[in-house]
Amino acid sequence: MKEKDFRDNETLESFKKTGQGILLTTIDDIIDWGRSNSVWPLTFATSCCGIEMMATGASRHDFARFGIEVYRASPRQADVIVVAGTIVNKMAPVLKRLYDQMSEPKFVIAMGACAVSGGPFYYNCYHVVRGVDHIIPVDVYIPGCPPRPEALLYGVMQLQRKIKLQTITDAKKIEKVK
Amino acid sequence: MDNAFITGKLKTRFTDGIISTDETSDMLTVVVSKEVIHDVIFFLKENQSLGFTFLTTLCGIHYPEQKLPLGVVYHLHRFEGNEKIRIKTFLPLKNPVIPTVTDLFSAADWMERETYDFYGIIFEGHPNLKRILNVEYMDYFPMRKEYPLEDQTRHDKDDRFFGR
Repeated sequence: MKEKDFRDNETLESFKKTGQGILLTTIDDIIDWGRSNSVWPLTFATSCCGIEMMATGASRHDFARFGIEVYRASPRQADVIVVAGTIVNKMAPVLKRLYDQMSEPKFVIAMGACAVSGGPFYYNCYHVVRGVDHIIPVDVYIPGCPPRPEALLYGVMQLQRKIKLQTITDAKKIEKVK
Repeated sequence: MDNAFITGKLKTRFTDGIISTDETSDMLTVVVSKEVIHDVIFFLKENQSLGFTFLTTLCGIHYPEQKLPLGVVYHLHRFEGNEKIRIKTFLPLKNPVIPTVTDLFSAADWMERETYDFYGIIFEGHPNLKRILNVEYMDYFPMRKEYPLEDQTRHDKDDRFFGR
């Protein structure tokens, strides 16, 4: 998918931080190119969205084409956690711990209605977390119940766009160090 | 083995303990008082002529309109002849204590934990009675009827579309 084919073509890129020197921005471009093209997801699926994620990883849709390559069984080796499925209250601390164990830079994709908002369990339930963003920060939301593999691919591409906006000289982070 | 034989055996052994028997379409249902529930299950399991040696399921029920609202249902299976029996017993809402059957059936362990988890029924003598499915800090029993399944503040649900 080419850059111009994204529907909201300008909005995301307008957040890109500018004003750094030519050397640093060039390094940024190289690092972001590398990072965005090798996003390793964590093997984490809690329900039916996980089946759809497996289908996306299998040969027909094959999201290795986009560099979201190999499922890692350890959070320490993963770059992105695709929250594929319902997160119940008992699972919430486990998810938080997995997220904490991932090394920076780390990203989160909330896949499916349950991860986005609680989905069909939003009303009348005593056990489901109403949206995974109550626990961990989410980068990309993919609606659907469950989303088609194409939707997940689109979400992954949006995440890659987002990764490409990152800079190693984040003004906020520098301030923190000072 | 017909139902009359089983009910006859139970009634001669536990005269007052058997509250009622009912031949429902699927299987024989026996309501017993909670004082004899352990003995009834032991009798059904160990008696040579009965031999219900398999505990299919065990779960809780809550009928708030009854005098004894909480209940436990046991389904026993007899492989010889492929027969089933359902045993019910009812408990008060306040302090619902019932003897465990984990000493007879090891499979009852998790089922009783689940029943405790959702209905708050306390199984006396259970080796590890704590919540099994819900989070441990949950301070209520969600399957009891005072916690409505549906959000009472919603008005957009039309009963006609849910077959009610």
